[in-house]
Amino acid sequence: MRPSQHSSLPLRLALYALMVLLAVVFMFPFLFMLVSSLKSNDAIFADVSSWRALLPVGPLTGANYANAFLRGNIGHYLANSVLITVVSVGLGLVVNSLAAFALARLEWRGKQVALTLLVILLVVPFEAISVPLMLLVAKLPGIGFGGDGVHVVRSWLDTLYVQVLPFVANAFSIYLFHQFFRDIPKDFDDAAYVDGATPLQVYIHIIVPSSRPVFATVTILQALTMWNQYLWPLIAVPGEGARPLMVGMQQFFAARQTAWGEVMAYATLSTVPVLIAFVVFQRWFVRSVIGSGVKG
Amino acid sequence: MNARRSRRFQPLLFGAPAMVGLALFVVLPFLMALVLTFTDQQLISPEPGVFVGLRNYERLLSIRALVQAPERNDVAGTPSFARVRSLTRHEPAYLGYRPLGELRFGEHRVTLLAKDPAFLTALGNTFLFALMVVPLQCTMALGLALLVNAGVKGQTIFRAIYFSPVVMSMVIVSVVWAFLFDKDLGLLNQALGTLSFGLVKPVDWLGNPATAMPAIVIMSAWQGAGFQMLILLAGLQGISQELYDAARIDGASMWQRFWYITLPGMRQTIIFVLIVTTIAALGLFTQVDVMTGGGPRGSTATVMFEAVRHGVREENIAYGATISVVYFLLITAFILLHQILLRRSAKVIS
Repeated sequence: MRPSQHSSLPLRLALYALMVLLAVVFMFPFLFMLVSSLKSNDAIFADVSSWRALLPVGPLTGANYANAFLRGNIGHYLANSVLITVVSVGLGLVVNSLAAFALARLEWRGKQVALTLLVILLVVPFEAISVPLMLLVAKLPGIGFGGDGVHVVRSWLDTLYVQVLPFVANAFSIYLFHQFFRDIPKDFDDAAYVDGATPLQVYIHIIVPSSRPVFATVTILQALTMWNQYLWPLIAVPGEGARPLMVGMQQFFAARQTAWGEVMAYATLSTVPVLIAFVVFQRWFVRSVIGSGVKG
Repeated sequence: MNARRSRRFQPLLFGAPAMVGLALFVVLPFLMALVLTFTDQQLISPEPGVFVGLRNYERLLSIRALVQAPERNDVAGTPSFARVRSLTRHEPAYLGYRPLGELRFGEHRVTLLAKDPAFLTALGNTFLFALMVVPLQCTMALGLALLVNAGVKGQTIFRAIYFSPVVMSMVIVSVVWAFLFDKDLGLLNQALGTLSFGLVKPVDWLGNPATAMPAIVIMSAWQGAGFQMLILLAGLQGISQELYDAARIDGASMWQRFWYITLPGMRQTIIFVLIVTTIAALGLFTQVDVMTGGGPRGSTATVMFEAVRHGVREENIAYGATISVVYFLLITAFILLHQILLRRSAKVIS
C-alpha cells in the first residue's frame, strides 16, 4: 500500500507531519537522557516543565560523568561487559558455525535426529531454565583468579566465565547458520573434495568467505543479547567483581535514585556504544531482525 | 582406511563443542528443573533435597472458595462476617490458605483462598500485561510499518528511528522512563498538566496499583514496537504490487485495499508477530524488577518475578523451578497454538 505515489500533496504533507511527530515520540526519552546527563540536578528539575528539558541549554557540566566513574564504578563494569560480550560472541561464532557446517554440509548417521533435537531446543526460553542453571553452576568447580594467584574454586558463581560459557553454544545461532549454509551451492565443496581438501579446509576457504551476511546477523543478535544481559547476572553474579553493566546500572539507580544527572550519565555511557554501532551498521541490524523473525 | 575413519568422525568433532554446551547448559538444567519440582531442594543446604511428590505444585495451584453467611448480632442489623484469618488458623480444611480476593453474592461473602495467593496474583498480572501490551504494541507496529512503507522520502531514517529503542537495554529504558513517570518531576505529568491547562492532576504512575501496570505496558510497547514493525514490513513488501494496482483500477478505496488485500496477504506474518509478542510478554521481568520491584502491593509482580524471588532471593530452588516449569508449559501452549493457527490458515489459502 503506497498511497503517496499517487496521492496529493496535502496528504503527503500530513504523512510527513505524522512521521516526524512519531520520530519525536520515539527519540525523546533518549534525548532527555542525553541532555539530563549534562545538567546538574537543580537544572534538570528546573527544566522539566518546559522544552528546555530536551535541549542542552543552561550551565552544562561533566560532573555527572565523573561521578558515574567515581561513585558508580562504571569503568569496571564497562570493562566486564566488553570482555563478556567480545569473548562470548567470538567463541559463539566459531562453535555454532562449525556445528551448523556439520549439520548442513556433511553426511553422517544421526544427523536428522540432531536437527530435530535442535528445533526442540529452540523453544526452551532461557527464563525457564535460569533457576536450575543457577543451582548447576553453583556446584560446578571452577578456576578463580584472585589476589593469591590462580586457584580452584568451589562454584562458578561470581565469575566472568559464568556469564560467557552458558551462552556460547546457542541453538538459534546454529539454526540461522544452518539455514544459510544449506543454500550455498554444493559444487564448490565437491570440487574441493576431489582436489583432496579436508572438511575443515572446505569450511575455512569456501563456507566462511561466502557467508558474511549470516555471520553479521549472528554477531549482532548475540552481541546485543550479551551487552544487555540482566536476569542471568542478577542470579549468578551477586558480588561486585564480575558485575556487568546493566546490573551495575540497576544497583546505581537503586542507591542514588535522587541523583538523576548521575543516573542519566551512567545510562548514556551504557547506551552510546550500542547506538553508535546501530547507526554505523543500520542495514545489517535491520536484516538481522528480519532474518531472525521469519523463522516461523 | 585412516582417511575414511577421519571422514566419519570429523562431523562429530565439528559439532562436539556446541553439543556439549547445549547438553550442559540447556538440556541438563531443563531436566534438573523437572526433577527439582518434586523435591524440597534449597540453594545452600548440606543435604540433598528430599522427594516430596506433588507438594510444590499443590502449593502453587491450590485454590478454594469460602462461602460465609452473614451473622447479625447487633441491633442495626448490619451484616458482619467471621474473620477469615481465624478460620484459616484453626479449621483443618483451610490450614495454610491465605485470602486472594473476595466477592459478594447477595448477602453471602465468598472469599477466594489460595495456598500461594502471591503466585496466582502474579499469574493474573502476567496475563493482564499480555492482554494489554500485545494489542497495543502490534497495532502500533502495524501502523508504523504502513507509514514507513508509504513511499515517503527519507523512510530509511524514520525506520531506523522507530526501531532504535529496540537496541537499547531494557534496564536503561526502565530507568529513564522511571523518571518520565515520576509524580512531581516526570515529563509525562508535566505534559499532561500543560496540555489540559492543569485539569489533569499529577498521577503517581508507578506508585499506584491501578496505574503501575498500564505504565509498564506503555513503556514496553514503546520499546518493542520497532521489532514487530520490521517483521510486518517484510510481510508487507511480500504482497504483490499488482494486486493493489488492479484494485485501484476497480475503484477500491484505500480502506478497502487495506482490508481486502493487505490484511489477508499478511495473515501468516500477523499470526507470527502476535504469538512472538505474546511469548515475550509472558516473560516480563526486567521492567518490573527495575521500576517497581513487583509493587505497589503486588500489582506488578509476574510469573518470572515470582520464580526469581523464590528460587534466588529466598533460595528455595525447588519452588522457583516449579514456577519455571509452569511458565515453560504456558509458553509451549502458545507455540502449539501458533502451529495450529498456521495449519488452519494454510487450509484457508489452499
